[in-house]
Order: sequence, then structure tokens, then C-alpha cells
Amino acid sequence: MKITIYPEKCCGSGQCVVNAPKLFDQNDDGIIILLKADPSPDQYESARLAAGICPALAIEIHEDL
Amino acid sequence: MFSQFALGDMSMTDPLTSIQSSGADARCPFQAASSAAQSSCPFNAEGSGSIPDFPPDRVDPLAPPPVYFQMQQGSGLGQAKLWDGKIAWLITRYDDVRSVLSDPRFSSDITNPGYPTVSAAMKIARGNNRTFITMDAPKHAEHRRMLTGEFSIRKIENLRPRIQAIVDKLLDDFVKMPQPSDLVSAFTLATPALVISELLGVPYEDHDFFQEQAMILTSSTATLEEAVAANHALCGEYLRELVAKRSDNPGDDILSRLIVNHVRKGDITETDVVSLARLLLIAGHETTANTTAMGLLFLLQRPDIWDELRQEPSLIPNAVEEILRFLDVTHSGKRRVASEDVVVNGQLIRAGDPVVVLSISANRDRTKFEDPDVFDLHRDSRTQVSFGYGPHQCIGQPLARLEMQIMFASLLERLPDLRLAVPVESLDFKPDSLMYGVKALPVRW
Repeated sequence: MKITIYPEKCCGSGQCVVNAPKLFDQNDDGIIILLKADPSPDQYESARLAAGICPALAIEIHEDL
Repeated sequence: MFSQFALGDMSMTDPLTSIQSSGADARCPFQAASSAAQSSCPFNAEGSGSIPDFPPDRVDPLAPPPVYFQMQQGSGLGQAKLWDGKIAWLITRYDDVRSVLSDPRFSSDITNPGYPTVSAAMKIARGNNRTFITMDAPKHAEHRRMLTGEFSIRKIENLRPRIQAIVDKLLDDFVKMPQPSDLVSAFTLATPALVISELLGVPYEDHDFFQEQAMILTSSTATLEEAVAANHALCGEYLRELVAKRSDNPGDDILSRLIVNHVRKGDITETDVVSLARLLLIAGHETTANTTAMGLLFLLQRPDIWDELRQEPSLIPNAVEEILRFLDVTHSGKRRVASEDVVVNGQLIRAGDPVVVLSISANRDRTKFEDPDVFDLHRDSRTQVSFGYGPHQCIGQPLARLEMQIMFASLLERLPDLRLAVPVESLDFKPDSLMYGVKALPVRW
């Protein structure tokens, strides 16, 4: 799995940080930061949750990479 | 009854055919083009009698209007008549709610004549003191990003000790009051009001004043004159003076940072800061307060859940999320206007048509939530859409969650025998306000 983020779409809801704190953070402006582009298998579920819950569609999951 | 709301006939939205159709559903042919005041439209006056007024009636004050479920089971779309006579599309299904709210063809631009304002008062407040919530990209993002840093998870988490101290003090005072006393004014409203006042640098001594103005501005029954007066008192005078003071002498608060970081660089004006202050002040008052009060009312009728939460406080964040889903107070819906023709579920929504997106209905969609009408402490409710979806999703949600978690945890711990002092049937609810809620909760403890 590989994660791509689109900070230009981010609306700073912080949902990724709540649901996958080891993969995402926010900068001082509240905008998404990717901590880990290649999550470990035990992090797949939280990565999918963060991508699915992001209101701004700023997180993309590539399952087969 | 149901057939009046389920709309599959696209010709009904066609301005040309609707003039000729003699049925009760004929729509005003000038709707998309004319400006907000629709009530004078001759084709709306009597002809739309079968379209319900918004919001439709509830049967159970703790559940959405039943007609939304019928719409959901039908085409997924319905229609309702708004305060100014506009006929708006209602979006009721979970998937449609998410897709409409993340589709840039559905605009938040309040200056679009088709934009469905919530009430005369909100039209004044949001129209005269416009903020990013009624703007589209790219201006929306530009303005919103001036505030996102204030509501980041880390920044809000840092407020935990301060919010806990506010809650502790309010409960210290509350338990000294005579029994029964009202928990809404003394606690569920006072907590978020104190917190947002501190964040904005608004003196809490002025609380009675701005709460009064906020109540008028969020009332759907306030007259235009009342709304203009309240908006002038709040924005034109009070907040304007406050922003001028902060400009002369900046402090450690959101308004001061907006002035230093953005007004002085020419990004926005002091009037924009006044408008943002109005938005945050009202949002800080109405949303968390009503959700907490409704959640508490529900829990007080469910001692089994109350006891489970007392024994297992780690379930409180889950409980808050389920309260947000189950008792969504945003009954006015999220407001949009189609900026071009869009088809939703086979239904053509024409450019200029007003759209009301109902998270309150989506949160009870059984294709998304199993047994949605059951309050389940153990379900995963994190995909609820009470805060909206898309780029306009609530900016204050981390604060709302933290406030509610602290309020419920503290009530469970300090007032374990909390109970309603009056029959539920005697409580007054708020169907005519921007946010649904209960006016007062007289309790014993």
C-alpha cells in the first residue's frame, strides 16, 4: 500500500490525525502532513479509514503498490 | 402522502412545462432567475400546497421528521418550501449527501439568487457579514485557511486542561444551586460559550448580550427588522469595537492573530474579522450546546447506557460520536445552490435550484448504518455526517468533540444520580431555530 496526499485540497478537519495518528499530522496551519507513505500492514485499516473519512478527498490510497 | 414528496418527474423542474401544468406541484418559472423574495411569485402562492414547509414536522422530538425516511426509501430526493417561498430540493440519502457536499457544482455562494437561506435572520447575518462558509473555491479555501491552524487537533488538545477547569467550575457552582435547576443555561450552554469567548478574546461578562443577539439571529421566526437590529448591535457595534480594541492592543486570541497575520498584510479587512467573530461566536454557542443537551436528555432516559458509561468511561468518545449521529441537531441542513444542471439519482437539478442537504436524514440511512434508529454505544459512528462533508465540513469539530467528551465525562463522574425533574412530555424543543435542541433541562442530582 502507498499513500498520496493532496495538501492543496486539505480543509484542516483533522480527521486523518484523529483516526491514523501514526500516518498523518497537521502543520501549524492545520494542513495535512504525511508521516509515512508506506504504511505497515497493521496500519492499512487506519489508512483506509482516514482516506474514506477525509471530507476534502485529500488522501489517496494505492492498494496494490 | 408519500407521493407528494417522491419526485421522479423531471418535467416538474422544467420552467416551461410547469407553467402549463395545472397540478398542485407547478413551480415558479422565475425561481432560478429572480432574487430571494419568492413569496410574491403567483405560481407559488397557492399552487405548491402539496409541498411541505421546511422543516417538516417531527413525531418524536428525538428523531428526524418521518417524511425523510419516506423520501430516502423513494427516489432519495424530496422538496420543501422554505421560509421565503423558495422550493428546495432535499437530499436525504447518505451517499447522495456525501456526493453533493463534495461536488463543486453545488455552490455555497450566498450571493447566488437561488441560494437557500435558512431564515430572514440568517440571510441578514450571513449576507451582510459574509464569511468563507458562504463562499466557493478558491476564495473559500483562502479564507478558511486563515483559521484551520486554530482548530488543529494538537492546538485543541492543548486546551483540554483549560476546558476541564471551566467545566469543573461550572459544576462546582451548579451543585450549590437549589434543586431542581436547569442544566442547559448553567452548563451545556455555558461551557461552550465560555470556551469560545476565551478563544476569541470576548469578555464573558458580555455573555448575556451576545447570547441574546445570537438567539435572534438563529431564530427562524425573527422578523427582518429584529434581525437587522440584532446584527447591527452584534456586528456593527459590539464586535466592531472589540476588533478595533484588539487592533490597537493585540492579545493571545484568535481575533488578534487574524488582525496581526492577515488584516495587516492586506489579506482581509477588519470587517471580515468582525464577520468571522460573529460566525465563531454563534457556532460556538449553538452547536455544541444543543448537541450536548439533546445527548444528555437521551442518556437520562436510558439508565442502562448511563451506567455502562459510568463503568466504562473509555466509551465516552464513542458515545459522543453516536450522539452526533443519532441526535444530529443541524436540522436546517447544509445549504447549496446548483451552479449548473446536475443529475442526482436520475433527477435533474437545474442550475439555480436551491438544495438542502440533510445530514440528519443521512445519519439514519440504513444502507449505511445498521439499525440506524437504535442508539448503539458500540457501533462505529465516525462516518456520521453531522459536521458535513466536503471542503466546508465543520472547522470547529475537534473543539466540539473535546468539549462534549469533557462535559459528559464530568457529569457522569460528579453527578452519577442525575435525573430529569419533569416529565419528558413537558420539555420545550426548538423546531424554529437554526439548530434543533431542548430549551431547558430541569434536573435533580
